[in-house]
Amino acid sequence: MGAPVSGAPALSAAHLSKTFGGERALDDVTFSVLPGEVHGLLGQNGSGKSTLIKILSGFHHPDSGGELKIYGRDVGLPLAPGQFRRHGLAFVHQHLGLVPSLNVLENLVVGDLATKQMGYINWGDLRRKALETFARFNLNIDPSSRVADLPQVERALLAIVRAFEDIRAEQTEHGTPGILFLDEPTPFLPKEGVDQLFALVRGIVREGASVVFVSHDVDEVMEITDRATVLRDGRVAGTLVTAEADKDGFIAMIIGSRVEPFQAIPQDFGTKTADITIRGLTGGSLENLSLDIHKSEVIGLTGLIGSGFDEIPYMLFGAKTAEAGTLVLDGETIDLSKTTPGDAIDRGIAFLPADRLGAAGVGELTVTDNMTLTVLPQMKAPYGLNRGAMRERAAKLGTEYDVRPNAPLMKLASLSGGNQQKVLLAKWLQTNPPLLLLDEPTQGVDVGARQQVFGAIAQAAEQGAAVICASTDYEQLSQICDRVFIFARGKIVQELRGSDVTKDRIAEQTLLSLSLSGSRQAAPDSTGVQA
Amino acid sequence: MTDDATGAAPKKSPRKWGRELERYALVIAWVLLILFFSQVAPDSFLTWSTFSSIIFGSQAVLLILTLALIIPLTAGDFDLSVAAVLTFSAMLLAILNAKLGWPLWGAFLLCMGMGLAIGLINAFFILFFRIHSLIVTLGTASIIQGLILWVSGSQTLTGVSNTLIEWVIVKRFLQIPLAFYYAIILAAIIWYVFEYTSIGRRLLFVGRGREVARLSGISVTRVRAGSLVASAMLASFAGIINGGTTGGADPLSGLTFLLPAFAAAFLGATAIFPGRFNPIGSVIAVFFLVTGITGLNFLGVDTFVQNIFNGGALIVAVSASQLVRGREEQGIA
Repeated sequence: MGAPVSGAPALSAAHLSKTFGGERALDDVTFSVLPGEVHGLLGQNGSGKSTLIKILSGFHHPDSGGELKIYGRDVGLPLAPGQFRRHGLAFVHQHLGLVPSLNVLENLVVGDLATKQMGYINWGDLRRKALETFARFNLNIDPSSRVADLPQVERALLAIVRAFEDIRAEQTEHGTPGILFLDEPTPFLPKEGVDQLFALVRGIVREGASVVFVSHDVDEVMEITDRATVLRDGRVAGTLVTAEADKDGFIAMIIGSRVEPFQAIPQDFGTKTADITIRGLTGGSLENLSLDIHKSEVIGLTGLIGSGFDEIPYMLFGAKTAEAGTLVLDGETIDLSKTTPGDAIDRGIAFLPADRLGAAGVGELTVTDNMTLTVLPQMKAPYGLNRGAMRERAAKLGTEYDVRPNAPLMKLASLSGGNQQKVLLAKWLQTNPPLLLLDEPTQGVDVGARQQVFGAIAQAAEQGAAVICASTDYEQLSQICDRVFIFARGKIVQELRGSDVTKDRIAEQTLLSLSLSGSRQAAPDSTGVQA
Repeated sequence: MTDDATGAAPKKSPRKWGRELERYALVIAWVLLILFFSQVAPDSFLTWSTFSSIIFGSQAVLLILTLALIIPLTAGDFDLSVAAVLTFSAMLLAILNAKLGWPLWGAFLLCMGMGLAIGLINAFFILFFRIHSLIVTLGTASIIQGLILWVSGSQTLTGVSNTLIEWVIVKRFLQIPLAFYYAIILAAIIWYVFEYTSIGRRLLFVGRGREVARLSGISVTRVRAGSLVASAMLASFAGIINGGTTGGADPLSGLTFLLPAFAAAFLGATAIFPGRFNPIGSVIAVFFLVTGITGLNFLGVDTFVQNIFNGGALIVAVSASQLVRGREEQGIA
């Protein structure tokens, strides 16, 4: 572990443990964060990251014997909930903690309103301060717009700025800079949003504060952090200086051994006649889109924010109504301006949305309930639904897709993100869909489960499914896709296939996509196809 | 994402015991309540006739109304108009049968038709205009109440056909009036539909995750409309049973069923399948409430205690189940 350059570290935690009913979730964890440092905290789901964060935020009481020092000051454990604020700590969780129906300014000052007695609220003054703050970080957010109307990226930025301003206010009390914890802030952001968020993080450490960045995205950690602590099975697996580490080293430390990353061999379907054709799809930001897909082919759709690629799965499934367009599947023509999810399912189309517990599955219902929803007609016994058969099916799929733990009666929400995704993928794949639509299929899924999700997708394709995957995770696209289409302004501007389907190539072409769609019409026929 | 701890927690046996205890807490509370009253009012309370006539026999109407409520509640909608529909149905029955001399079957059909119509009206405003069900049914309840006062001239009507009275409260099996068995059969049917049919599964998914249900191909609109129609028609049926119980109809008393029915529905959702509105839990909850109120009556306590007991029981029971579960968020509503 690197020794502090001068004086005490911003935060040093020693011998933190937490036992839940005999099971050690956190085992003698010791780590430190230096002043002005961006410190990564990495690990798979279940590695103890969230337990650690919850101890520091006072949500969990640690086992006795732990120590916590902030700028050399001894902080007694356990912390009472909310007490962290007085020590200059602030937390931004994935759900951000904003009130969507209130405006930006109201959200910004909600902490003050809650803790201070203010007889008169000077809104004009608060607004001026908010604008000053935004200007400091180069943010262009209107304090009077409703948070619900902001793009996801700006909401995340707002939550971070708010947390940072809270600890800046505390600075006056102890005279030391604060420590900001970002608990997986990026999974729901598009690539561009992540860049904005990182610019903000850099701005914050420039002002002297430290940032702890919790993530399981190794690339992001390598981009933004100075050092990173890796947790595995509740223990510290090691702390790395980011500049001296490589990606394989990180991954090996996270999972304990080197994984062979999944890699499908891109197939070239060349001029083979398409099995599924999309014609004239218009609606949202999409304009007259046409696309041909083959059976057993995996197609990736990507682009910058607002390019419209992410609307395609929704429209093909009838979850968002298109203005016009047709989909030909198995010789049958579907009018996309009229179709509904029910129609789509009747034709065998399956769709796994990105919002895992909001749109794909119900967290408070069991794994069995969630898995069997798509096959209820098969579960009929003479006297009604056969509950035993439903449980058996769930257990069988659980084994097949390696859901851990394979407990059909467990609530879906109790599983880790990766295992939830395996359950939801199984929910659809058991119907043997001829067309599988995916939207960000591995968001918030840990490294190990990611490979399994890819394996399941590849297997579905092998059995004849055509797969369309919308994603901004270029690495993922390069691992599973035969062809990748890059979108800008509602149109395809580039098609990558064969050896061009690599992470770097997709990233580069996406960054160029706006210039490709520029004044001249995109001409994928002449410039796009590079076999 | 998910708390690291919860993944491992369900294996633990203290937790499992807690869950089992929670499932039967209401049954245990009911037994304790019976034991308590049999100690303080020994000779009069703990007799079969108390149970057959009062505890099981007198509250079939409340039971049916509670069952009506849990259907839209499962689908995520509140139906505040059920008590008004019940009163309206009893009043229509009395007017058609006693005043205008319609045959019973004709009056039944019209009452059920009225329930169907009101269910459809509720569904139309809730689903087409996307207004919260609480608001729409609050409005329709008031409109129906106005209609009742208008058609009845604010009068209490009597003289409903004896055949109905006979088949509702006079005929008995094990000394319990037949109305009780109608309610139990209804509870059994709803239990079957909730647990063993695709419709029941769909209802549950619509209530717990509308977007999930929609993207799984369930016609959310149709399911919600169906649940509102079902609750209104069951409320009409409760009105017919109420007409048979009282031999007539009065324009106001039916409304007093609303709070106890909601109390029983939510109380029932803490038992048997905790966190889910379920018919077996509802049946136990109704008996629990009625036992409490009957016992208090035996002790000569004033009737205002009814309201306090109903409301108090609801809050205490839900709080208790929350404690057992370590204050994880309730899935209700």
